[in-house]
Amino acid sequence: MVRVGLAIVLVTLLAAAAGPALSPFDPADQDLARRLEGPSLSHPLGLDELGRDILARLLVGARISLMVGIAVVGVSSTVGMLFGSIAGYFGGRVDDVISRVIDVLMAFPGILLAIALVAVLGPSLTNVVLALSVIGWVGYARLVRGQALRARELEFVQAARALGAGSRRIVFRHVLPTAFPAVMVQATLGMAGAIIAEASLSFLGLGVQPPTPSWGTMLDAGRSHLFDAPHLTIFPGLAIATLVLGFNFLGDGLRDRVDPKMAR
Amino acid sequence: MGRYLVRRLLLTVPVLLGVATLVFALIHLVPGDPAQSMLGEGASQEEVLNLRHALGLDRPLLVQYRSFLSGVAQGDLGTSFRYNTPVTRQIREKLPNTIELALAAMLLAILFAIPLGILAAVYRGTAVDHAAMTLALAGISMPNFWLGPLLAILFAVRLGWLPVAGTGSIWHLVLPAVTLGAALSAILARMTRASLLEELRELYVLAARARGLSGARAVVRHAFRNSLIPIVTIIGLQFGAVLTGTIITETIFAWPGLGRLLIQAINYRDYPLVQGCILFISVTYVAMNLLTDLTYGFLDPRIRYD
Repeated sequence: MVRVGLAIVLVTLLAAAAGPALSPFDPADQDLARRLEGPSLSHPLGLDELGRDILARLLVGARISLMVGIAVVGVSSTVGMLFGSIAGYFGGRVDDVISRVIDVLMAFPGILLAIALVAVLGPSLTNVVLALSVIGWVGYARLVRGQALRARELEFVQAARALGAGSRRIVFRHVLPTAFPAVMVQATLGMAGAIIAEASLSFLGLGVQPPTPSWGTMLDAGRSHLFDAPHLTIFPGLAIATLVLGFNFLGDGLRDRVDPKMAR
Repeated sequence: MGRYLVRRLLLTVPVLLGVATLVFALIHLVPGDPAQSMLGEGASQEEVLNLRHALGLDRPLLVQYRSFLSGVAQGDLGTSFRYNTPVTRQIREKLPNTIELALAAMLLAILFAIPLGILAAVYRGTAVDHAAMTLALAGISMPNFWLGPLLAILFAVRLGWLPVAGTGSIWHLVLPAVTLGAALSAILARMTRASLLEELRELYVLAARARGLSGARAVVRHAFRNSLIPIVTIIGLQFGAVLTGTIITETIFAWPGLGRLLIQAINYRDYPLVQGCILFISVTYVAMNLLTDLTYGFLDPRIRYD
């Protein structure tokens, strides 16, 4: 399953990178006379409501999905690791404050807080990344806090302390690395979560704004054409589901390797 | 148990206060003037000032905060800008539809996932197990905003068996409930399998088999019963995901519930209604998690706060 996941992710990465080279059409070029036309040899995935090539738009959309995923996971994991290790290593009041903030943010179900934040900040790609990172870091912080609590009692950490190493050095050189494998797993699964969340927000009209092609906005546009052009819905959804499945396969496989108890 | 209950309830208070504070802060995160944003660029200065006054935005921040909290404590979530009615009334009107949809989705998920999880655990490592778990992973990976339209294309557009949107009969409920329940079903199937596998390794199951009980009887009468605690917990904890899922599902199927109300409120920049919906959904989620924790503590006496 890891290999399947890795293959899906790599193919998507390559497709997103190669982008325009894979499709002779510009994603913004309109051919209104042929709008909503189904798949054909010249347009393998058909044309959308404005006669734009769906394949070309999917390739550009892949860039956006991956970019949002990488940005959200990058920001969330960095902030989460920082606060989680501080809370776990230092304990006491610092831990209390950080843990209460985590509790409050975790009290919001799913992407509700992200919806609320984008609703008030205004729909844009930057605000989507910001909103998803605001809810995303808490998962990493909780994970790393647990690891740091355990790590600070380990002999090599106590030895470093006895040798006079400063707190910053201990946290960054000794405590954080013990959490890396678990963070890697969380980050892989987090990519899937971020891609779905971005597409959800765009689908609700709160994410990437037209004419920029995003898989979520393409699905949203397809909703009005369920009867006459279902291909507008089928292909963007298939792209999202496949990429998310790829990251889930990869994350599940990595978790089995990091924590053999999880392997069944 | 009494001490556990009190401690757990006390721990919920700061969380609820934090949630209310964040929801209060939302309107102040609006870039520029929230009143201007709600009325649009064409509004006159007087209209903006009037709305600022009506929303209480012209008062000092601390006074606004105190007034917001005291309103929330009394069940007053303000007045909807679009409907000019209390936010609580709007929520009360839409809530039954959302509860109906959420319960139907959870029921469908449970009915499908638990037998699937049991089959996967009993036939562990076989083609049945692989097929069931691949199906479950596909369920988790398939976003509901894709599954919903796909089901609509197949069952409403192509086959014409079910209505594509709206309410009115039990048939209107089928597609939204399946769409909303699919992810939960996938998570539950995986959890049932994992939990049952743990129990099947226990000696008492072996002892039951040694006493002559059939495999099926040992699974259903002994192992499955003991594996129920984590399954029940997951069902409780996933209620939040189902609640959030209603936002998209209701939007797809034009289901007149709380989720659709929230999206409409966002589109109309009806910030008091947005705040009310977000607060209501979050508090319900916190309450459900509390209830799940308490049930868990009650079912398993080993779970206690020290």
